Amino acid sequence: MTRTLGSRILVALPYLWLLVLFLAPFLIVLKISLSDLAVSRPPYTPHLDLTAGWAGIKAFFAALDFENYTFLAEDSLYINAYLSSLKIAGISTLITLLIGYSIAYALARAPRRWRPTLVMLVILPFWTSFLIRVYAWIGILKTEGLLNQALLSIGLIAEPLTIMNTNTAVYIGIVYSYLPFMILPIYATLEKMDESLLEAAADLGSSRLAAFFLVTLPLSMPGIVAGCFLVFIPAIGEFVIPDLLGGSNTLMIGKTLWVEFFNNRDWPLASAVAILLLLLLIVPIVLFQRQQMKQEIGT
Amino acid sequence: MTPPFAPWADPDAKPLIEIRNVTKRFGAFEAVRDLSLAIHEREFFAILGPSGCGKTTLMRMLAGFETPSEGEILLDGQDLSPIPPAKRPVNMMFQSYALFPHLTVEKNIAFGLKREGTPKAEIAERVTDIMRLVQLTDFARRKPDQLSGGQRQRVALARALVKRPRLLLLDEPLGALDKKLRQETQFELMGIQETLGTTFVIVTHDQEEAMTVSSRIAVMRAGELAQVATPTDLYERPDTRFVADFIGEVTILDGIVTAASRGGVGLSVMEGAPDLRIITPHTPPAGTQAWLALRPEKVSISRERPADADNALAGKVLDIAYLGNISTYHVALPDGSIIKAQESNRQRADRRGITWEDPVWVAWEEDAGVLLLA
Ligand SMILES: Nc1ncnc2c1ncn2[C@@H]1O[C@H](COP(=O)(O)OP(=O)(O)OP(=O)(O)O)[C@@H](O)[C@H]1O
Ligand SMILES: [Mg+2]
Repeated sequence: MTRTLGSRILVALPYLWLLVLFLAPFLIVLKISLSDLAVSRPPYTPHLDLTAGWAGIKAFFAALDFENYTFLAEDSLYINAYLSSLKIAGISTLITLLIGYSIAYALARAPRRWRPTLVMLVILPFWTSFLIRVYAWIGILKTEGLLNQALLSIGLIAEPLTIMNTNTAVYIGIVYSYLPFMILPIYATLEKMDESLLEAAADLGSSRLAAFFLVTLPLSMPGIVAGCFLVFIPAIGEFVIPDLLGGSNTLMIGKTLWVEFFNNRDWPLASAVAILLLLLLIVPIVLFQRQQMKQEIGT
Repeated sequence: MTPPFAPWADPDAKPLIEIRNVTKRFGAFEAVRDLSLAIHEREFFAILGPSGCGKTTLMRMLAGFETPSEGEILLDGQDLSPIPPAKRPVNMMFQSYALFPHLTVEKNIAFGLKREGTPKAEIAERVTDIMRLVQLTDFARRKPDQLSGGQRQRVALARALVKRPRLLLLDEPLGALDKKLRQETQFELMGIQETLGTTFVIVTHDQEEAMTVSSRIAVMRAGELAQVATPTDLYERPDTRFVADFIGEVTILDGIVTAASRGGVGLSVMEGAPDLRIITPHTPPAGTQAWLALRPEKVSISRERPADADNALAGKVLDIAYLGNISTYHVALPDGSIIKAQESNRQRADRRGITWEDPVWVAWEEDAGVLLLA
């Protein structure tokens, strides 16, 4: 056998990692989502009582139910929160894509010796805490903030704009925060693209614009898809940005989850919200992967 | 009998491409210097030269990816400079092939026709035809990364040819192929060129390849043309030592012109040896420094001095390169210079009985070598 014990452990490690850090917490949350709210510590029942033996296990499973999920489905607040999160994350992803693609394109076309520095600049914001950077946007966007002062002083507006505590502020915050996650994967695909492909396209009669849509864009698709997932998925569950920049009418599932968990101390309902969110994210990912597989086998 | 194909010899023939005093500078560096050249319809024209001499730069100017710093390029008598690459009736087969990795073979080939707005039915027909011509029919639905090097090269060729360009540029098209496939492909290329009648300009490092495929060859040196001639002329009548040395194997002896007589000259190459007789159209005055270029296959080697040879020198065998079909003898003359002599091994080479250190005679006819003045 060429497979030694050592190499098997090495192969098993990532699975072990997933098992311990993803599957186990997932099962625990799933279990809580099927439990009932109770005034106890932790604040739900039932608890698995292994000392009672088989009867204890049976009683435990009998007490689990889908009450919380039915509740979620019946209260339009939650459905609206999900839909609104999808919308906010979707639109922000689109804006991030447009801005991120332009920046990535410019980076990939910059002189070779400048590129490492420019990429460094894209990553630079990560050196400051995410929370502080979002806080800084309050200073920029508020009524007497930097943006309004600047616009007023150059006479572009007569009245200060209300951006703070609106969905616009949330969009700005998300686009700003997640932009590097869009730029980097797209830059990676653009940077390794063979420049002579564009010359070939021109040689075969394409205008620059046609060459972009027929060659550059399809070849950067893997980067676009990766970037969109890296932005869309965390944006959907985003809590900090809508909490700090959004207003009372900004509805996002991350905020709802927070309220259920910390304000109402309804752990079972909060868990149900989390599980549904996970399912919501997994479905498109699986669909996407299936399609990728088909494409690869098809050729 | 049709007359041989030689439009360049006809002063009235209109060339397809005329390159007039073209210079290309990158910064202060001149990659192409004051180059003039005419290429005719249906020619298979080869550009040959050492690395960095400006071959690719010249091709890129023809395709439109670079603009000449000075001079002009005409196609059918029309200045090409205002026409962008996309609009030129010129297509290029790239050194790296530059196939679109996300498109199938078929779609790669159809790419250019779609851009022209050719009707769908015609695209399908022309793509099918060209794929048959380059034997790619079975691979139509594959992507470039599922093809061998030779197949990719044929896709690149088909993609450029299907547009029926007036001029096809091939930048080292066979560089990535092994020797055998390369030779096969050379003949395929010639066949295709003859079938379609397209004018081909091919860049190559490989002088044998240039000799095989082309109607004429331009030898470039440091951005300039060293010589433009048919393969035979280039081999038999090089103008300079550079060209003689670049094309094929050669021995170059330097000497002083002594006397001119009977359509030739004498060349003194060594003290104590008789002057060499060389037939040449040149008439340099006595005392001029000149060189004799001698192809090894025109030099015979023997133990005794051949009685009827025009030129013969005595020497000693320094080295024997046995190449199977031929053997090349390196013979050292008394002054240390070396003459190469080649014998075909019609009988086994070891039967000839000449071996290392043997005293021998090398001999050649007075019209075997070429007198060079530069
Ligand atoms: N864009 C450019 N900028 C600066 N110098 C260049 C550029 N393109 C080519 N050169 C220089 O011009 C000279 C000729 O280059 P070119 O590519 O034409 O050579 P080549 O004959 O095709 O060589 P090879 O046989 O190696 O392909 C080289 O010295 C090269 O460094
Ligand atoms: Mg080159």
